[in-house]
Amino acid sequence: MPKLSQFSFPKDRLSGRELIVVAALALILIFLMPPLLPGFRLDLLHRYLALAIVALGIDLIWGFTGLLSLGHGIFFALGGYAIAMHLKLQVPATASSPLPDFMALYGVTELPWFWYPFYSFAFAVAAVVVIPALLGALLGYLVFRNRIRGVYFSILTQAAIIVFFNFFNGQQKLFNGTNGLTDFQTLLGFPVRDAQTQYWFYILTVIFLALAYLLCRWLTMGRFGRLLVAIRDDEARVRFSGYNPTSYKVLVFAISAALAGIGGAFFTLRTGIISPRAMDIAFSIEMVIWVAVGGRASLIGAILGALLVNFARSLLSEQFADIWLFFQGALFLIVVLALPTGIVGWLRTEAPNLIAKLLGRPQPVATYPELEFNPEVQYEREVLQREDK
Amino acid sequence: MTPILEIEDLTVSFDGFNALNHLSFQMQAGELRVIIGPNGAGKTTFLDVITGKVKPTQGRVLFKGRNLRRYSEDQIARMGIGRKFQTPRVYLNLTVRENLELAVARHKGVFATLFQPLSREERDRLHTLIDTIGLRPKANFPAGLLSHGEKQWLEIGMLVAQSPDLLLVDEPVAGLTDEETHLTGELLVALAESHSIIVIEHDMEFVRQIARTVTVLHEGSVLCEGSIETVQNDPRVIEVYLGAPLEESPSTQQP
Repeated sequence: MPKLSQFSFPKDRLSGRELIVVAALALILIFLMPPLLPGFRLDLLHRYLALAIVALGIDLIWGFTGLLSLGHGIFFALGGYAIAMHLKLQVPATASSPLPDFMALYGVTELPWFWYPFYSFAFAVAAVVVIPALLGALLGYLVFRNRIRGVYFSILTQAAIIVFFNFFNGQQKLFNGTNGLTDFQTLLGFPVRDAQTQYWFYILTVIFLALAYLLCRWLTMGRFGRLLVAIRDDEARVRFSGYNPTSYKVLVFAISAALAGIGGAFFTLRTGIISPRAMDIAFSIEMVIWVAVGGRASLIGAILGALLVNFARSLLSEQFADIWLFFQGALFLIVVLALPTGIVGWLRTEAPNLIAKLLGRPQPVATYPELEFNPEVQYEREVLQREDK
Repeated sequence: MTPILEIEDLTVSFDGFNALNHLSFQMQAGELRVIIGPNGAGKTTFLDVITGKVKPTQGRVLFKGRNLRRYSEDQIARMGIGRKFQTPRVYLNLTVRENLELAVARHKGVFATLFQPLSREERDRLHTLIDTIGLRPKANFPAGLLSHGEKQWLEIGMLVAQSPDLLLVDEPVAGLTDEETHLTGELLVALAESHSIIVIEHDMEFVRQIARTVTVLHEGSVLCEGSIETVQNDPRVIEVYLGAPLEESPSTQQP
């Protein structure tokens, strides 16, 4: 009997083997990569792993649920700002003012009220997750309850990101405007820019990426995940089956926003700066490209896409400084036209046949519906056999 | 006894055009009712109003005595009204089993879907249903690979899986072969033993196979109602239907 493996969805439960693979990859990233890679490359790898967490969130809402958000930079930036505000409050004892340095420049004499809670590390860490999630849930609720979908949803996310960009860009006294928050000193007493501290951040990034992967895997493997796909494919039908898609979409959007926030926070810790540029529209669109290249509705694809596209970008822009944008455009076109299911989708479906062909092996014959499974064909075969006797 | 479905003086207008026009309708629990009518008679709008997709401009729809106006589609579905669409609407990227799983789950909330596995009773019902609709050998096929007829059956299975009290079925045999049509008819008659069913259909041969009471819609109102013979001999029906007696309409002629 032929196997149905190529039809089967990712498995229903996390197998022990998958957990071991995830753990092994995490350990390789944590222990093997740092000695192997030069510092500059490790820095890049760290950044891109943080971006991979964002890509998982994009995959969850776009790949699985079919909501194309072009405004995830908002949540990325909010996560970054949340942790950066805590860092900016670690004012060295030698400083002339107890306020974050930029505030003195703009003549601020008293800390704005909403900065106070960020003195607490625990609050800042919670804010990295909770603020993007709450904002995502609120925006999502307003949009999805009114049944705004498809391209209208995408346009709304673009509008939202412009609003947030302008707000952060214009508030010199509150957020240092265009320059953003930078020049971090210490976190919990450790010097932030120290190599050892950065290594700890790197380890945490890897662990959070693994956790984010497992979370998304858990969300998408059961009935919940099937329902997300059902919403993507035929939302009206989902309603008539008695499900209210709004609550599902709100939850997924909030989780996706929280993942973007976590990614943004780790990215900020590595780069040492968060500015309104994280809310550039182009950056939010890039996030979608990572997922498209890697493979929609494939979690591995999202991670791979984020790493590959970004490494390709850094390699290409080192060699040929100006052509990256053209290359990125071409990459997107190729994916849309030739690899609609992304790299992982291609590996799953077409690559095995191609390899078999190159090796000169016979290709499997595809029959529809598969003859071996068709009861009518089986019945006819039995009849024929009986007649033969 | 309260009728399972009662529609009083229902008008639905789209930009001034009355798709339904002061329509009144009643049906008792356990009935299998067929609704026929020429194109544009308002048959699909009629189902849209019952399932909450369209809200009445005027009049009320009562399901087991409850006014449906303030409920959304998913709430109405959970109250026990299931709908089968004209073209089969199943989730093409999910397998037959997964399609049915979504329909069979009794608790449709986010957290139940995340944390609650199917109960034993739900799983049993799922397995019985896969056999009933004859798709056991294809249970793990993505629904996108099924034939048109099999998709129709899967959708009927999903409908039954919701265990609704009232089933609304829109042109279930459009595009099916004669054999499939006959089997679908038997399936509906079997279902009618435990459900109330409204079937919208054009195919008169099929209507004769399953119908007990027929309601004829014309220009958004009920034209007449009664047994298939009464309806076929009603001069008003003959007039609106092709201007010719139903017996002689081309679709019903046997080869």
